[in-house]
Amino acid sequence: MKRIVTARVTNQAGVLNRVTGLFSKRHFNIESITVGHTETPGISKMTFVVHVESKRDTEQLMKQLNKQIDVLKVSDISDQQVVARELALIKVMVNAQTRSEIVGLVEPFRAGVIDVSRDSLTVQVTGDSEKVEALIDLLRPYGIKELARTGITAFPRAAQKPVTKMKQYSIIK
Amino acid sequence: MGERFFILSRFDRINLGASTQRRFLLTKARPKKMCNESKGGMNVSMDLRDEKTNSEKVMSGARMLVEALREEKVEMIFGYPGGAVLPIYDALYDSGIRHVLPRHEQGAVHAAEGYARVSGKPGVVIATSGPGATNVVTGIADAMMDSLPLIVFTGQVGSQVIGTDAFQESDVMGITMPITKHNYQIRDTEDIPKVIKEAFHIASTGRPGPVVIDIPKDIAAKAGEFQYDHKIHLPGYEPNVRPNQLQIHKLSEALGRAKKPVILAGAGVQHAKAHQELRQFSDKYHLPVIHTLLGLGGFPGEHPNFLGMAGMHGTYTANMALYECDLLINVGARFDDRVTGNLKHFAPKAKVAHIDIDPAEIGKNVPTQIPVVSDAKLALQALIDAEGPVPEAAEWHEALERNKEEFPLWYEKEGRQLKPQPLVEMIHRRTNGEAIVVTDVGQHQMWAAQYYSFQNPRHWVTSGGLGTMGFGLPAAIGAQLAEPKKPVAAILGDGGFQMTLQELGVLQELQLPVKVFIFNNGSLGMVRQWQSFFYNERYSESLLPVQPDLQKLAQAYGMKGLSAQTPYEAEIAVQEALNTEGPVLVNFQIPQEENVYPMVAPGKGLHEMTGVKP
Repeated sequence: MKRIVTARVTNQAGVLNRVTGLFSKRHFNIESITVGHTETPGISKMTFVVHVESKRDTEQLMKQLNKQIDVLKVSDISDQQVVARELALIKVMVNAQTRSEIVGLVEPFRAGVIDVSRDSLTVQVTGDSEKVEALIDLLRPYGIKELARTGITAFPRAAQKPVTKMKQYSIIK
Repeated sequence: MGERFFILSRFDRINLGASTQRRFLLTKARPKKMCNESKGGMNVSMDLRDEKTNSEKVMSGARMLVEALREEKVEMIFGYPGGAVLPIYDALYDSGIRHVLPRHEQGAVHAAEGYARVSGKPGVVIATSGPGATNVVTGIADAMMDSLPLIVFTGQVGSQVIGTDAFQESDVMGITMPITKHNYQIRDTEDIPKVIKEAFHIASTGRPGPVVIDIPKDIAAKAGEFQYDHKIHLPGYEPNVRPNQLQIHKLSEALGRAKKPVILAGAGVQHAKAHQELRQFSDKYHLPVIHTLLGLGGFPGEHPNFLGMAGMHGTYTANMALYECDLLINVGARFDDRVTGNLKHFAPKAKVAHIDIDPAEIGKNVPTQIPVVSDAKLALQALIDAEGPVPEAAEWHEALERNKEEFPLWYEKEGRQLKPQPLVEMIHRRTNGEAIVVTDVGQHQMWAAQYYSFQNPRHWVTSGGLGTMGFGLPAAIGAQLAEPKKPVAAILGDGGFQMTLQELGVLQELQLPVKVFIFNNGSLGMVRQWQSFFYNERYSESLLPVQPDLQKLAQAYGMKGLSAQTPYEAEIAVQEALNTEGPVLVNFQIPQEENVYPMVAPGKGLHEMTGVKP
């Protein structure tokens, strides 16, 4: 299953190496990592999207991260309501006919064209992974020349709605 | 040593004439004093020696290191000099701190481990850059697995040349990151005291472990202001030592309902100095106690509640107790695979309570119902104070007693051969069970664990988690230095001994009264045993047909060497060794085909033991 885990870390040399080393040592599968400064000087925030087998794996991953001296706080925000965004740059092949078609195509995604050349144009899209994914699928038939994704960075929403999971009952069984 | 005159020669080229430069480069082994003269009265910003200044607080990085070690009350350093640590060794020269010089860096780090295990204080190691640092890697990994506090200083090439593949450069940070509790590379001389203070704190608190400090040569040579009274500020490291009362309450209640309770005690008991509390807890609630390999000595081996060691070569009683119990209280053990066997069959009927200072160990291998993140001493004290109900477990105790009587550890007593098991028993008898026993890894290690009944904590030094051959002899040196008055018996195999035998030189040099008992079966016994059981007796590279004469080898080092081939000779040799002051090596010729029993084969559950009875 896919989990989104965030960690606040001290901005020390080698801290990314420490964290990724730990993941590979314990065979945790990372889909993406993003790192950046936070509001506090000297403290960075990492967001990982990881694939784990079970809840126990997630727990172990968080505990191992927590053991790192440079890691200040670890949270698994997958079960919370989050704002998760990533950015992708997509370079698509175009010709005179398809250029305007593609510009029209990306518009509903609120994606922008940020670079144009005679035979390609580069689209920038921001959003959750599904949205980025959908646009990529849409553009693929035209021929994607280059693709770069930043990976997810995420926040829990400020106001958390209580999540009530409806139990599923069946009368047929 | 591989001194590199990179900085000097560059300096030289810029400031001195060409002829001087050539002379300097040709005479590499010039005494340091002359080097300084040749620099004359120039402004030497990269002087390799201490800078003398008026203020007492201003000193070289190397001197800061020495001062910091003094502040930490370090009595002893295990180290090996080399180019990148020359400034540090110059500062150590008249520091008054004892320095032990092994014959190989691996010897230094294992000796520091032995010292740490016996004294409970961090072992301090110094190694030079490159090969010096990589030679201590095995010991660092060993200390990490067995939670031993170490402070390892490694030299590094000058900060100007880091990353250029300079002579004797290696990426010590990268190499040691996964096998240390934490590691540092110092980038500013004035950080040295702060880093050392933090390192000692990290290494010796919480779950202990090794900390590496990598110091570039120029950083050690530069001067800065020494401050040691700042507070440690590590917001990402705050180990929880007090037990949660709710969990203690839950555990206490579970005890009252248990019909088949058992304690599994690991080395955490000894790290927390909780052996008395463990005994009180066991006595008060009448609880049987099982030890892990590294836990031995935390609970008296002759106490009626003691069931022996658990795991692959544990006692039948201990393993069956783990299989059948309904409440398993783990105190400071980490459910290693050598202890649990196949996890599917581990304690299938038990409610599991786990007391550990490292939260990551709880639930890692075995699902745990009652987690107690705490120092073992405080948790056990809280359980004793809880005054909970005593479990009604008379039947359980009877069953365990029956197992103890019916399935004790066994070996064939017939014949005139010198058997390893009675040999350990004899060493136990001759040392009144009070020796500090140090072992290497393999069959002899298991026999020592099984037959040397340990009564006291911190009397058992062995490589558990990593299983490092070559650990024994240097670790015995560290153990003896930590407890100079106590008898130390190093029980070693012929294979592991030959991995680090060069350290005999240290025994002789320091006249340490370690008794080195070599259980010589001319083979890598444990490998041979597995090949015999699981690989159709195809002894692939596990026999050592050509051995040096170990008795003569000891004599070559100038120490007493003895040998024995029969039980009678062994008795005399052990007696003579123990009556001799100073180091003695005894070579015991034991049968090659002897196996360690009983055994849980790999992949099997603890209840599927083989070799339980003759």
